[in-house]
Amino acid sequence: MAEFTYIDAIRQAQHDLLEQDERVFIYGQDVGKFGGAFKATQGLQAKFPGRVIDSPISEDAMIGMAIGAAVEGMRPLIEVQFADFSSVAFNQIVNHAGTHFYRTGVPIPITVRLPSGGTPGSGPFHSQMMEAIYAHYPGLVVVTPATVSDAYSMLIDSVKLDDPVLYCEHKFLYRWLKSDSMTKGEYLPIGKARIVRAGKHATVVAYSAMVHEALRAAERLAGEGWEVEVVDLRSVKPLDTDTVMASVARTGRLLVIGESFPWGGVTAEVVSRVVAEGFHLLDAPPQRLNARDTPVPYHPNLWEVHRPTLESICQAIHNLLNL
Amino acid sequence: MPDVQTNQSDAACADASRKDLVRRTFYAMIRARALESKLGSLYKAGQIVGGVYLGKGQEAVSASLGASLTKGRDIFAPLIRDQAGRTAFGEDLLDATRTYLGSVLGPMRGRDGNIHRGRPAEGMPAMISHLGALIPMVGGMLMARRLQGRLEGTVGATCIGEGGSSTGAFHEGLNMAAVEKLPFVLVLANNQFAYSTPTAEQFACEHLVDRAKGYGVAGHEVDGTNMLECVDVIGRAVANARAGGGPQLVVANLLRLSGHGEHDDGFYVPDALKDSEVGRDCLDIGEQQILEAGFSTTKEIEEWKESCAEEVQASVATVQQEPKPDPYQDDWRAFSTPGMSGLH
Repeated sequence: MAEFTYIDAIRQAQHDLLEQDERVFIYGQDVGKFGGAFKATQGLQAKFPGRVIDSPISEDAMIGMAIGAAVEGMRPLIEVQFADFSSVAFNQIVNHAGTHFYRTGVPIPITVRLPSGGTPGSGPFHSQMMEAIYAHYPGLVVVTPATVSDAYSMLIDSVKLDDPVLYCEHKFLYRWLKSDSMTKGEYLPIGKARIVRAGKHATVVAYSAMVHEALRAAERLAGEGWEVEVVDLRSVKPLDTDTVMASVARTGRLLVIGESFPWGGVTAEVVSRVVAEGFHLLDAPPQRLNARDTPVPYHPNLWEVHRPTLESICQAIHNLLNL
Repeated sequence: MPDVQTNQSDAACADASRKDLVRRTFYAMIRARALESKLGSLYKAGQIVGGVYLGKGQEAVSASLGASLTKGRDIFAPLIRDQAGRTAFGEDLLDATRTYLGSVLGPMRGRDGNIHRGRPAEGMPAMISHLGALIPMVGGMLMARRLQGRLEGTVGATCIGEGGSSTGAFHEGLNMAAVEKLPFVLVLANNQFAYSTPTAEQFACEHLVDRAKGYGVAGHEVDGTNMLECVDVIGRAVANARAGGGPQLVVANLLRLSGHGEHDDGFYVPDALKDSEVGRDCLDIGEQQILEAGFSTTKEIEEWKESCAEEVQASVATVQQEPKPDPYQDDWRAFSTPGMSGLH
């Protein structure tokens, strides 16, 4: 049986987009002959000559270029080598791409791939999660696929959208996460969350790589008799509050997990919405679990406990169940 | 509006075409000055919400660029002091007055104001305030046309000041255009002050045009107060780009003859600089030049000035009667995708 990884799905989606839509082209550092720092574009330049273009180390210019190309009718697909470096393009993303449709009525259909999140040894500048920053700004769609099939379908859908999309792909999942199909399971559009494990005692909301940590925690707690429901947000903007609320209505308890820094962010947004709209549904104060409030450390001993871990998630769920 | 000359022999055609270019440039300068003079008055009368940023002193440079480009074929991304370039390129006067006065009928519909306006789908992007951001955008518009097989004969141009040339976006954008060998023209108006910051605190090289060599692009330097020189040098830069000569950097030396905006009296600009050659008014010089060249007459210029002032007056009067944006009518949609904004 064929086996596909998360990054295979990203490569295949890019291949299929290039094949099916002549408006699509790829621009980024080392994406051409080299095939990208993570090999997400391997072989694509040879198959689609002239449409997979190497860029200088100029994140601002890369996104600025994409905005211009989009205005002229193209569907640029930009690879930022590491999500962390998108801070250099911050201005073009939030002030140019994000404001353009509201200001001028002309949409900017660009997709920016952000290889996100930590892997051991990557350190402070190759490990960041940027989704909360971009979700804060108007006009930007932010997606965080957690599965092989979502990595495929959400990249296809991102490029098809007329709005700018930050596609946050998790580096830890690249080769670790495997599936026998890229289109397995129920298709959901951007903006819909998925209940990935049903339960009745508590709801754990997660996204990106943390979905898998949450599932492992739910599995462990099942051995103790707790039935934990796990919701994969899939996209953080738009945020599917309805699915989260429906789950909380069933369980009465909420823990939201994110790999980002703890001040504000997606976990705070989810908790704030549930408290504001569903206070009466809650049997206990909703909880958040995030990374620590320091830069992402380099050494594996530090890195492992900087982000939420199986242990810290289990502890947080126990705490929630006892509140 | 000056007529375009046609049906001439080659040499005569070149002469006629230069004459036409000079006339269109000077006409745009007059028209921009008429509009900006009115905008200044409206600002002082409290009729304009937000800032007013004038291009006084930069008209020859800006109009020379706009007049060298063809709307519908070329791309022009004007910056803050490019009213004359916008006019020469063919921006509707109403787009300017509507945006300044906040009419909902304007291209920005009250969602953005003053010089932050454009019609991107028609080859004229709407600037954001962050300097240098338009440089890669124009590069991307050109790259799109290359991918679409319709780049041939097209030029993309934008403007910047010496202050904006200090940004990372300027560097990244110009370098990218150079790497891609795009038909791109960047006109840098060295107007001596970035808000209140003089050139000595902005850059340390002797001549900004020397930077062209570092980027691997063609460099041109021009006296920005000299209209004929601007028409020729900027026209040549545009022609070079069109002919496949790659990016062109034009540095124009001049003085900003206003404050940064109308809220700023520019007290920090030394009188000696105002009285020097760089402080000359390009409109005065242009008028003298166009008369000496026999391209126009005093009578015609007077008529242009009068008709431009009248058109500006009429445009403002029209727009003042137009509806302002209504918060209950604005759809408050930052997303183009239907339903996306409702989901938030």
